[in-house]
Amino acid sequence: MTEKKIAPSEITPESEYLNRRNFMRLGLLAGSAVATGVVYRSFNPVPPPPVIVAEIGSDVGSSGFSTAESPNTFEEITNYNNFYEFSTSKAGVARPAQNLVTRPWTVEVGGLVQKPKTFDIDQLLRFPQEERVYRFRCVEAWSMVIPWVGFPLKLLLDQVEPLGTAQYVAFETQYDPKVMQSSFSAGIDFPYVEGLRIDEAMHPLAILATGLYGKQMPNQNGAPVRLVVPWKYGFKSIKSIVKITLTDKMPPTTWNISAPSEYGFYSNVNPNVDHPRWSQGSERRIGEDLTMRKTEMFNGYGDQVASLYAGMDLKKDY
Amino acid sequence: MNDVKFNKIFISLNALIPLAFLGYDGWFGQLSANPVEFFLRTTGVLTLVFLIVTLSVTPLRKAFGWNGLIKYRRMLGLYAFFYGVVHLVTYSIFDKRLDISAIAGDVWQRPFIAIGMLAFAMLVPLAATSTNGMIKRLGGKNWTKLHKLTYPAAILGVIHFWMIVKSDIFYPVLFGLVLAVLLAYRLVPKAKPTVQTSSS
Repeated sequence: MTEKKIAPSEITPESEYLNRRNFMRLGLLAGSAVATGVVYRSFNPVPPPPVIVAEIGSDVGSSGFSTAESPNTFEEITNYNNFYEFSTSKAGVARPAQNLVTRPWTVEVGGLVQKPKTFDIDQLLRFPQEERVYRFRCVEAWSMVIPWVGFPLKLLLDQVEPLGTAQYVAFETQYDPKVMQSSFSAGIDFPYVEGLRIDEAMHPLAILATGLYGKQMPNQNGAPVRLVVPWKYGFKSIKSIVKITLTDKMPPTTWNISAPSEYGFYSNVNPNVDHPRWSQGSERRIGEDLTMRKTEMFNGYGDQVASLYAGMDLKKDY
Repeated sequence: MNDVKFNKIFISLNALIPLAFLGYDGWFGQLSANPVEFFLRTTGVLTLVFLIVTLSVTPLRKAFGWNGLIKYRRMLGLYAFFYGVVHLVTYSIFDKRLDISAIAGDVWQRPFIAIGMLAFAMLVPLAATSTNGMIKRLGGKNWTKLHKLTYPAAILGVIHFWMIVKSDIFYPVLFGLVLAVLLAYRLVPKAKPTVQTSSS
């Protein structure tokens, strides 16, 4: 330490020298403790204040597809999710996502359709909105129950009249480098792209969600409009959609491009097909810190969707 | 109080600050919506941080002649072990409810768990032989040889970290690079003792 230079004890009375030295040491301890605390906090910030979003406004109907399980809190849903465009930390998404500009917003729907059309977000909000309380299972083995508000994707697709040759639906997230991080920082390609087979897209469980808890979609959850396909791992439910394209080829999907052996095109929730690096047999429901739940085939939506995959080997087509 | 004693207090205080924050945030429910995952990740990263700091003592002595640092190396290593224990205990209680067969199944099915366990197992004999008495009993040479287990433990620790992330490999890569530099530096021949060794 530096006191050898500063305090020549030969000329200072010993008691005073010791006092001064103790004082400096105390300062050093306190100062370093504060510095260490600041470093710790910069890596582990406190949660941001709750986001304030407008109510949906129009009448929101209910749906027989909703689960009776009790939903996670608004705070949990809005402060813990993946949105790699903003952060690779689930607790770190909410803050930077507030910079996302969601008005004006349009969704361009085209490709193999009779009537290509660009929808303004306000037009999408005029589709009959209903609440869908769905289980949400992340590929990282955590899950939530989320009271989405939205409408069946089928209603939108019907309006553009898909051609008979259309077999897949491709989706694209907005990529705005002014408010989002680079592909390099996130480790995946942007814009984020996803896809469904057309029969999956037309399934009544598949919705375009415009909000949750009766409010408009918070930015961090994929404002202003996102896909929700509850029987698939969460990353299939693409956020902040700007483009929907009907196609005759299986479209590329972001996580599949990133690691094809870990994330397949279908990515149905399947406890029998483990992720190569972790088990998919169980999950932690957010809010249940002491227990893990068994993961259900198709996230518990097998009665509705299993027939879509009749005759397929889901171990191969994971 | 002499300088060595003071420096040890200095290190301990700063080493325990992350634990204090974890406790504080846990108490006030600020450990994210998934506190178990947060606690696991943070204590895991802290284990690696202290392993890296411990392994940087030798290169710093070589590069700058700060030989006084050796007095604090065992202590730094023990803090790595301490956070490793907290990490493993958290996993065993909150992820596995102390179910030994479930833990064994996990080790068998999930390679990254097996690698983490192996890394931890390597740290156990090091912590157990960290007393002056054990150094005497083993003899300096044997003790030094045994404690080279820190190298594979740190390497496995970084691999363990790398295996649980998806595409956000920044920190595992960073830890890997720093570790590579620290280990490579051990191959550099020892510099001649310098005059300014008293700077610690």
